[in-house]
Amino acid sequence: MWISVASGKGGTGKTTVAVSLALSNRNTIYVDADVEEPNGFLFIKPVIKEEFSYTELIPLIHQNKCTFCGKCADACVYKAIAILKPVKKAIFFPELCHSCGLCSFVCPVEDAIEEVPKEKGKIRKGEKNGQLFIEGILNVGEASGTPLIRGMKKYIPHDRDVIIDSSPGTSCPVVESVGDTDFVLLVTEPTPFGLNDLKLAVEMIREMKLPFGIIVNKHEEGNNLIRDYAREEKITVLGEIPFSRKIAEAYSKGIPVIDVLPDGKKFFVNIMEKIRKGVNTGG
Amino acid sequence: MDRAKEIVILSGKGGTGKTTLAASLSKLIPNKIIVDADVDASDLFILLKPNPLRQDKFKGGSIASIDTKKCIQCGECEKKCRFSAISRNKEGNFIVDPYKCEGCEFCTYVCPVNAIKMNPQIVGNWYISETSFGTMVHARLIPGAENSGNLVALVKREAQLIAKKKGLKSIIVDGPPGIGCPVISSLSGAALALIVTEPTLSGIHDLDRILLTCKQFNVNAKIIINKADINQSNTEKIQQFADKNGLEIMGKIPFDRCVVKNLSKNLTPIDSDNCGAVKKEIKKISNDILRYLSE
Repeated sequence: MWISVASGKGGTGKTTVAVSLALSNRNTIYVDADVEEPNGFLFIKPVIKEEFSYTELIPLIHQNKCTFCGKCADACVYKAIAILKPVKKAIFFPELCHSCGLCSFVCPVEDAIEEVPKEKGKIRKGEKNGQLFIEGILNVGEASGTPLIRGMKKYIPHDRDVIIDSSPGTSCPVVESVGDTDFVLLVTEPTPFGLNDLKLAVEMIREMKLPFGIIVNKHEEGNNLIRDYAREEKITVLGEIPFSRKIAEAYSKGIPVIDVLPDGKKFFVNIMEKIRKGVNTGG
Repeated sequence: MDRAKEIVILSGKGGTGKTTLAASLSKLIPNKIIVDADVDASDLFILLKPNPLRQDKFKGGSIASIDTKKCIQCGECEKKCRFSAISRNKEGNFIVDPYKCEGCEFCTYVCPVNAIKMNPQIVGNWYISETSFGTMVHARLIPGAENSGNLVALVKREAQLIAKKKGLKSIIVDGPPGIGCPVISSLSGAALALIVTEPTLSGIHDLDRILLTCKQFNVNAKIIINKADINQSNTEKIQQFADKNGLEIMGKIPFDRCVVKNLSKNLTPIDSDNCGAVKKEIKKISNDILRYLSE
C-alpha cells in the first residue's frame, strides 16, 4: 500500500505525520518527496548507503553547425530557445527547458543540437534500524522538482508499505507526489489558513479521484473548525494530534512525535489500520 | 528606472509565519501595493479582506488529447513522450493523462494522421482588489494546475504597473514556501527578501537553502526568527550563522498563543492589545523596513 501525506498549507505537520507513520509500522519505507525542502532525514537520521545524481537531458546547440533557421525556437512552447538571426546566435535558457526533446527532433541539421545530461538534484537511499529511507534533493536554482520526484518514485521497492512525504501547496510537484498512491492523508490545523488550504487540497484530490482522509494537528478541545467541515463534506477524520508546546519543542530538536506523545506509536498503528481498511473496502 | 521596490517575504519551510507577517506589515507600512504570490495556497485575503475590482482568467499551457476515431494505434506518440503521459487504456486506445502532460506538443509532430489536438487550459484567476490598506494583486491557481511561476510573474508585473500609475515606491510580496519555480519568480527583480524562519532543525536546514537561492538570483536577504524562544539554543545557532555570513537578523518574534488566537478570528497580532511582545517586535521590523525604503 502506498500512502502519500499532503496538506495544502505548509508547516501543518506533514513530516511529523509521515515519519511517525513510517516508524510506528513494520516494514515501511519513508520517501521524502518534498525535494525543495526535504526534512525527514532530521527525524529518521538514516545512514546513507547510496547517493546518485538525477539528470535530465537538455539541448546543447553547436553554434558552428547551427544554420539559425529558427525551427527549434518556433517549436519550443516554453520559449527556452531564442535564435538571433541577424547576429547568427542561438541562446538557450536552461531554467525554462522542460527536457521534452522536441528541439533536437525538429532540427534539420545533423548534430547541431546534441542532448546532454544536466544534474537536477540527488537521490539518496539509506536505512536506520531496519527503517528504509529515500529522499530527493533538488539542486538550488532548479525551477521544477517534478521530474526529480518522478525519477525517485522508480527506486521505491514494491515489497513493503510506502509513506510519501509531499511538499506543501496544490501545484505540479504535489500532483506528482500523490499521483498513483492508494491513499492521501491530508494534514491540517484548525485555523482559517489551515481550513482554506485544506479545501484547496480536497478539491485537487477529488479531481484526481484518490481516496483520502484528514489528520488534524495542533488540535485544541472546543475548536471544531475542521471537524465541522469534515462532517459537512463527509470526509473521515482519522485522528487528532493535540496542540502542545512539548511536541513543538521536541520537533525543534528533531525528536519524532511518537517519542513524546503518550501512546504515540499506538495512535499511528491505529491510523494505518484505518487506512488499510478504507483502501480495501474502497471507501 | 523607477520600478517600485519589491520586498518579498519567503521562508523555505512552510508554516513559519510568512502570511501573518505580510499582513501585519501591510497594515503598518503606508503607500504600497500588496501582492500575494503564494498562488496555490493563498491565505493573505483572509486577513486583509480584499474587495475585487477586476478579475481575469489566467491561461496556462495546453494539454494534448487524442481523437480515438482518427488514431491508427501506431504508438509513435507514446514512444516520444518523455513525461509518460500517453498510454493505452483498458479498451486498448491511446489516451493522454492530463496531469502528466506538460504540453510540449512533441506528440503532435510525430502523429502521422493528425489525431492529436492541443487544448489551451485556464489554470487560474487573478484579481486586482481594494483593501483598507491599499491595492492588492492576488491570484488563485486551480488546484493541481501547472505554471505557478508564470502566474506569480503576472501578478508582480500588474503590481508594478499599478504602483507606477499611482506613484507608489514599494510593493510587499507574500511569497510561497519552497525554493522552486514560484519562489524563483517571486525573487526575480526583488529589492529585498525577508526570510521568516523558526528555531527548529527543519527551519534551519530550509533557511540555508532559501538563502542560497537568494544569493544565486542576486537578491539581498535579511532574516526574521519567528517563535524565537521555542528553542533558545537553535536561535543562537541561527544568530551565529547570520553573523558568520554577514547577514542581518531584523527581528526575533517570541512564541505566544495569542497569535493563533487572533488568527482564528482573522486578526493579525498587531490588531489587538493582548499580543504585546509580538506586536512590539513586528513594529520594530516595520520601522526598519520604512527606513530601508526611504534610503
